[in-house]
Amino acid sequence: MKPGLPYLSLITFLPLAGSLVVLLLPKTQERAMKVAALGASVASLLLTFCAWTRFVPSAGMMFVERHSWITALHVDYYVGVDGLSIAMVFLTALVTPLAMLAHWKLKDNVKLFFFLFLLLQTGMFGVFTALNFFHWFIYWELGLIPMFFLIKIWGHENRTYASFKFFIYTLAGSIGMLVAFGFLWMATGTFDFVELRSLAANGDLAKKIAVFVGDVNGRFGWHWNVTTFTSVLFWATLVGFAIKVPIWPFHTWLPDAHTQAPTGGSMVLAAILLKMGVYGFLRVVLPIFPSQVAAHVDILLLLALASIVLGAFAALAQTDFKRLVAYSSVNHMGYAMLGIFATAATAGPEMLNEKAAALNGAVLQMFNHGISSAALFFMVGVIYDRTHTRALAEYGGLRKIMPIYAGVLGITMFSSLGLPGLNGFVGEFLIFKGAFPVVTTVTVVATIGLVVTAVFLLQMMQKVCFGPLNEKWQWLPDMTACELFIGAVLMLFMFLIGIYPAPLLDAANDAVLALVRLF
Amino acid sequence: MSVPLGYYLMLGGVLFCIGLCGALTRKNAIAVLMSIEIMFNAAILNFVVFWYYLHNGALTGQMFALFAIAVAAAESAVGLALVISVYRHYRSVDVDEMKALKG
Amino acid sequence: MNELVKQQWLIPFLPLVAAAVQSLLPRKARKLSAGICLTAMGASCVLALRAFVGTLGHHEAERAVWNFVWFDYGTTRLQLGFILDPMTAAMALMVTFVGFWIFVNATGYMSDDENFTRFFCFLSLFAAAMLGLVVANNLLMLFMCWELVGLCSYLLIGFWYFKPSAATAMKKAFITTRIGDVGFFLGILMLSWQAGTLNLYDGGNGALEQAGKLAGLHGWFGWSMATTIAVLLFIGAMGKSAQFPLHVWLPDAMEGPTPVSALIHAATMVAAGVFMVGRMFALFTAGGSAEHPTFAMDMVLWVGCFTALFSATIAVGQFDIKRALAYSTCSQLGFMMMALGAGGLVPGQFHLLTHAFFKALLFLGSGCVIIGTHHEQDMRKMGGLRKYMPITFWCYLIGMLALAGVPPFAGFFSKDEVLLVTFQRSKVAWGLATFAAFLTAFYMTRQMFMVFAGKWRGGHHEPHEVRWNMWLPIAVLSVFAIGLGFFGGKYEHYLGVHEEELHGKSLVMGLSVAVGAAGILLGWLMYGRKTMAHAEEPDPLEVKLGALFTCLNRKWYVDEFYDATIIRATMLLGEFWRVFDNRVIDGILHGIAWTAWGVSQVVRWVGDEFVINGGFDAGCEGVRLTGREFAKLQTGRIQGYLRILCLGAVILLVIWYLK
Repeated sequence: MKPGLPYLSLITFLPLAGSLVVLLLPKTQERAMKVAALGASVASLLLTFCAWTRFVPSAGMMFVERHSWITALHVDYYVGVDGLSIAMVFLTALVTPLAMLAHWKLKDNVKLFFFLFLLLQTGMFGVFTALNFFHWFIYWELGLIPMFFLIKIWGHENRTYASFKFFIYTLAGSIGMLVAFGFLWMATGTFDFVELRSLAANGDLAKKIAVFVGDVNGRFGWHWNVTTFTSVLFWATLVGFAIKVPIWPFHTWLPDAHTQAPTGGSMVLAAILLKMGVYGFLRVVLPIFPSQVAAHVDILLLLALASIVLGAFAALAQTDFKRLVAYSSVNHMGYAMLGIFATAATAGPEMLNEKAAALNGAVLQMFNHGISSAALFFMVGVIYDRTHTRALAEYGGLRKIMPIYAGVLGITMFSSLGLPGLNGFVGEFLIFKGAFPVVTTVTVVATIGLVVTAVFLLQMMQKVCFGPLNEKWQWLPDMTACELFIGAVLMLFMFLIGIYPAPLLDAANDAVLALVRLF
Repeated sequence: MSVPLGYYLMLGGVLFCIGLCGALTRKNAIAVLMSIEIMFNAAILNFVVFWYYLHNGALTGQMFALFAIAVAAAESAVGLALVISVYRHYRSVDVDEMKALKG
Repeated sequence: MNELVKQQWLIPFLPLVAAAVQSLLPRKARKLSAGICLTAMGASCVLALRAFVGTLGHHEAERAVWNFVWFDYGTTRLQLGFILDPMTAAMALMVTFVGFWIFVNATGYMSDDENFTRFFCFLSLFAAAMLGLVVANNLLMLFMCWELVGLCSYLLIGFWYFKPSAATAMKKAFITTRIGDVGFFLGILMLSWQAGTLNLYDGGNGALEQAGKLAGLHGWFGWSMATTIAVLLFIGAMGKSAQFPLHVWLPDAMEGPTPVSALIHAATMVAAGVFMVGRMFALFTAGGSAEHPTFAMDMVLWVGCFTALFSATIAVGQFDIKRALAYSTCSQLGFMMMALGAGGLVPGQFHLLTHAFFKALLFLGSGCVIIGTHHEQDMRKMGGLRKYMPITFWCYLIGMLALAGVPPFAGFFSKDEVLLVTFQRSKVAWGLATFAAFLTAFYMTRQMFMVFAGKWRGGHHEPHEVRWNMWLPIAVLSVFAIGLGFFGGKYEHYLGVHEEELHGKSLVMGLSVAVGAAGILLGWLMYGRKTMAHAEEPDPLEVKLGALFTCLNRKWYVDEFYDATIIRATMLLGEFWRVFDNRVIDGILHGIAWTAWGVSQVVRWVGDEFVINGGFDAGCEGVRLTGREFAKLQTGRIQGYLRILCLGAVILLVIWYLK
């Protein structure tokens, strides 16, 4: 591949450069900080867009940059994108500036806020582009720390509890992963995702692990079992990602963190940080541990099912607007996980297209949920800024005074519900279409989730926008131009993907097929 | 016809002991200082005598004696100055009362 | 036809454009909005007519399809497509035509509503989705439009969202139909798996063209695959077409403005279920015969039959003019389903068409009545409107006679065919349906007398006749309610279905006319001879039936039953899982956290504080104590030191001497 612009490094580090600019600006120049932050982020967005126009789905890893870094550990600085990650990079580039725009009127601690936000963006870009565990893990944790402070400093009333729960829970998960990768490195001598994937595909990984275990047993006189050892590595990695996704029953940090985070934080958290977990399944768990996933697929499917159904039921009982939206994320991520695990549920090429449909659907669902959950959290933020309450019972009849808000919320809600013509439907349809032949019973039970999702979203809509107007709120202004702009951008993508999903699917399909063929 | 070395040494020893006794027993700081001077003198006497009887060719003993006299003069000057400032502070020159350094 | 089908997309596209444009119009642009909406609908109607004419020359079951790729996935692709065949053409023509006149009526009905442009935006969107559903040659596309008509139904039922009843009704409608849609969705998944395509017709590879193959495969519950899929699809149709037990949303949907009730909840959307069953008829019948029908057919038959009777009984006990009509719609949809279930594709579809005209007529008529009586919907507070609203009265009368099945009005012919085809299949179903037809005649007569006869019971505001833009549509529809029935035979021929000679024709027809007449007679006996004098007067039927009437009026307590069981169970489940998260999962997490905290405290006190800090402190203390002891040696007395010095010197001398 001929050397071109180092797109990915530029995209990743532009926000970091922006964050330094924000740091260096004098304290009084708040507007300049906001402009600088947004500018850096938008520059990344433009670059991402350029990269996408040059993206060739069938070319495998694109925009690869590989430089020797720590030779003693065989660690390269290795970045690249393929069909699984390009959409996520784009989503990150799209949602982060919007989230910053949502805090355009922020008054306290402006410098720190935008600094952290840009740092966060670098971390997120890094996770989706890094192909070496070593710096991938750095980015992974980098996504965690700014978010901790965003929740802790600018969060709502219960922010301390939520931020600590979020931080410690996720950190605990990633520690297991770190240890697992340490062992993998000791067995294989590489941290390279691509290399590990090919090792796993041709069976060398299992051999190397067996050799490693034999070596350890011989040296220390222990009696480690190779299968158990590999399973432990697998589960340690999986739990780290499962917490991030989150899969039931690792999900309880999510409602707290989402509810307590500031609006922009919730948007990014739901739209992108959760996708880091799902992406981990696509980039790490499935390619590196295919036989382990296949061996444990029953329990994984049950957990995905629990996310869908129990997440929806728990959302039904929420009285807090933001918490309800947060639980809808558990439910929606459950669909994506169903699609991913369905891929591993049967071996062989018979169901190739079905499995490809499920996995394509999961990739699409990631993007879709990024758009619609960001929009939903944004809409919660809009109303919270005005009313300073999140209790659903406090609202009512807002459509009368805020018709534009009601319209945008309605479209967003239906996008989340999976209405045809909007983005959510295509992803969910593909997941169900693909999963149904492979894991029929699970899919049939999962349709309960479709109904309950509709119930809690419509109930939310009714409590917020319909019915008689709560007299307390009759002075509320409708959405401002800036708010409408954010909503409009997100809605544009909802319609675009809902009507013509082909560009996204075409970008992903080749990588998805390659992944499906591993099983 | 000369006085044998032993006599001088005896005199030095006696002088030293007198000085030591004075230094150990007198309460007056000035008296203690004077006793110390006596002990110095005993030592100087020994230097001179040993030089004269044992190393007559060299100047070492004389030089030592002269140095010691100079040091003793300086010492007694400093000592007296201290005694005076102690006296100004305590209105006494009784060494038993000077115990501020007690641990 | 092959050229025409490529323009089928224009039929739904025009209203869609209208909706998109109107969504951006300001509230003030009322005339413009209505103009755009009517133009688009009129143009669609012309296109539909052109398509209809295009199909006329082809007497055989001929169809043209046009499929296109939506997106690729895996190594295959997902197609969508349009179809042009007689059933589509007739349905599209009906929807555009009835829709157009309902739009005209709506310009009058909604004339003083502040969200006038919004209303027409939603109506246009609905028309687009409904037409998309009709012209779809792909079950997925049909489903997408199916959901979108559900969305429009939701939006329009809740058009007066500030009423709590409307806000609840819109939600109920969407969720109830969504429950059915899950069945539909599963059916689609199954079909796409088994047939490998969702195109209905595709030059021999379409899903419907594989019905025979599917009938040979094993499905769920011992049914054949075709039957399994058909049953799943029918669950969707039950939701949309308000068949028992998913009928509960339709009466509540009357919270919407009356033109909405006429268009969506009488003429078109609720009939979509019937249309879909008709569209997928090959799957329903595959593997069965007239003697041994498939389970799917039996299910359609009996669900339809039961709904027809069940809803008719409820309609008898209603006082709200629109609710009575709504239950009547349920009942008529049951008739259509029953006909389909009995194997009568043509009677079912034909009844759909005629019903669309006269039920739209009745609803629009009730809308005129409601406007004329200043937004009164309780029939007890009406009366004597014949005098005040003569045009409405005559049109309504025509609609009523058509619904009651009086010859020669349209409903007579289509209902007669329905009963006849049911008679061939099951005498019991036919008997029940005939009784339902009797009830239909009765409750419509009751309604006529309560609304139009007697004297005005509504208070000070005298009712008035409505403006031309409201009565003209019902007048136009009346023409069709009278004349459409005569085309029944032609329609059969047009659809290209040749049903075998049916027996018992005269018996069925005779009995049908007889029960119609009996119903009207009974209605006249109870309500016509002596009309109600006061609004507070008890209903004559209530006097006769007592508790049973209350039961009818309360709709057999189905809603209450659902509230107490399914809804309650769902809410409890939700609450349970919420508490489960908060108590159990978070409890475990907190347990881990507390344990970690406890361990850290133990480590801190035992390890750090006791061993490490304690040891260090003890060492320091020892040094300090020793120092304190040794410090005592320093007396500060200079002579003391000197003495010790001397003593030391003496000791050294002694040692030296002794050595």
